[in-house]
Amino acid sequence: MYAYDEIDRTLVNERVSEFRDQVKRRLSGELTEDEFKILRLQNGVYLQLHAYMFRVAIPYGTLATNQLRALAHVARKYDRGYGHFTTRQNIQFNWIKLAELPDALEDLAKVGIHAMQTSGNNMRNVTSDQWAGVAPGEIEDPRIWSELIRQHTTLHPEFSFLPRKFKIAITASDHDRAAIKIHDIGLKLIKNEKGETGFEVLVGGGLGRTPFIAKTIKHFVHGRDILSYIEAILRVYNQYGRRDNIYKARIKILVHELGIEKFSREVEEEWQHIRNSSLQIDDEVIEDIRSRFTYPAYEKLPHMPDELRQAAADPDFEAWRKNSVAPHKVQGYSIVTISLKPIGKPPGDATAEQMDALADLADVYSFGEIRVGHEQNLALPHVAKRDLPALWKALDKLGLATPNVNLITDIIACPGLDYCSLANARSIPIAQELTRRFANHELASLIGRLHINISGCINACGHHHVGHIGILGVEKNGEEVYQITIGGRADENAALGTLIGPGVKFDEVADVIEDVVEAYLALRERPEELFMDTVKRLGVEPFKERVYATR
Amino acid sequence: MTSPLEQKKIKIAGPSVVTANRTWDGIVVYRTAAKSWSADLSEAAIVRNSDEAKALLAESVADDVGAVGAYIAPVQVGADGKIEPGNLREQIRRTGVTIGQPAQV
Repeated sequence: MYAYDEIDRTLVNERVSEFRDQVKRRLSGELTEDEFKILRLQNGVYLQLHAYMFRVAIPYGTLATNQLRALAHVARKYDRGYGHFTTRQNIQFNWIKLAELPDALEDLAKVGIHAMQTSGNNMRNVTSDQWAGVAPGEIEDPRIWSELIRQHTTLHPEFSFLPRKFKIAITASDHDRAAIKIHDIGLKLIKNEKGETGFEVLVGGGLGRTPFIAKTIKHFVHGRDILSYIEAILRVYNQYGRRDNIYKARIKILVHELGIEKFSREVEEEWQHIRNSSLQIDDEVIEDIRSRFTYPAYEKLPHMPDELRQAAADPDFEAWRKNSVAPHKVQGYSIVTISLKPIGKPPGDATAEQMDALADLADVYSFGEIRVGHEQNLALPHVAKRDLPALWKALDKLGLATPNVNLITDIIACPGLDYCSLANARSIPIAQELTRRFANHELASLIGRLHINISGCINACGHHHVGHIGILGVEKNGEEVYQITIGGRADENAALGTLIGPGVKFDEVADVIEDVVEAYLALRERPEELFMDTVKRLGVEPFKERVYATR
Repeated sequence: MTSPLEQKKIKIAGPSVVTANRTWDGIVVYRTAAKSWSADLSEAAIVRNSDEAKALLAESVADDVGAVGAYIAPVQVGADGKIEPGNLREQIRRTGVTIGQPAQV
């Protein structure tokens, strides 16, 4: 966990006071909506279909139990008893009243949570691997560097009025759980030949209307230089990024139009001006941040405790353990992913009761710490293996032990037309129907790893471009129509999916996905060949033929 | 959401209303003939041509304290005068999400 210092606490509290005054002036008519809009967006407040939506940041996906309880409190007191975890380590409340927002912000500020960097054309919440600090083989904890960047960019005037929003993600593992290649800047922590910490820097990734996979702009930037290098990138973007056309304003368009070579030359030139400035990071700064992260006092525990051995006789427990429990860097401990994808329910939603109960479980079983992943699931990062059976029973009672992590029902979905003012089509009902179709755990396990991502419009908040199967809802002649892509992925081998053919109607989507899955099961050479391997081997044609032969 | 700016050139294909979100709490509201806002679609003022729509929108946008994000939305008016939303988006805005909300299921 990270403990905020006095500067952070003051900043967050002052922000609440400012916003309270701004809301008061808006409600009295002293501020028009045009004047107020940018102010509310800087505090995570959108206007959606039914109400204001309030987006709260969970920097690098780390939450303490008192913070999760505060989110539950906001859901219960100011909203309708639930929240929605997003694909960028935020949580959204869908039914907030503007008049009550300052109180909600104040309640969150008491536990160091805020809504800065969750909207507007500025640097957004820095995201990271939800297994940061506990994943075996990790270079080092990427949250140290995430926090450095968070501190540097929060309310930084140079980054507060960018051509468009700007997102950074950081990973320190070979397997990328932070989807760094679909971010404006992706950072991969590495060591050079001298053993020094630095970053491979990628730039220009993003989804939306014009999707791009990020390109490597520099293979190694020393840790001490990372702020100046990021700043150089942002200065080039600020200078050349288009402000005349919202659809061409993201850095991915600039990188594409200039070409990565020219773009990197521009960045290099800018970097040389600022590299040896106050932006150079002293080791003491990093050590100070590192010292504010607390790590559990792990016990020396056996690799295979008796409790785990005995519980293995229960097939339901074993199904959950095999699916949702991952190795930890410390012997005797595990990382437990909490699926927020129960069959037939909206992906990523959690009730206030679930949040409170999960906080209690995290206090008992995970040193008071919870993580949030971009796949819209949660994780308990420090669970002793001996406690897994008891934890599973408790999670099961809460409806939080669905053993479907990374399986076909672990669907990423945006709020879609049920909530979002930008959406053209519904996402959540499609996800719900698909989870019902593939509810059988044996079937889902037989299919194996398969990610379905659903977006209700081209803005791609559901990351449909990088779903193994992507579903994009559009509107055609007043009807919801869904385009299906195959072969996308968001990991270290990130790729964009390929459209398989004409869009299909709302009622046909689940049938089409069943056809795609049946085709895969028939085409795979052996049970271990995953969906993506089959697509890689055969391309999309066999799937296309299967789907459209009878349609 | 279609903003009033984008609706400068107003063309309507049938009966329409002006809808927005109430400023203090964000709920869906409709402009009434009495130059006020109502959460009840049956109380909405109906416009049937571009000039009427433009006038109603201008008046609605001017009431910036009462509601925000006003725009013209299609409706269907039954033989009995009952007003129904003219598309899925407006249907969802009127009746709520098409899914069970987690805290209620």
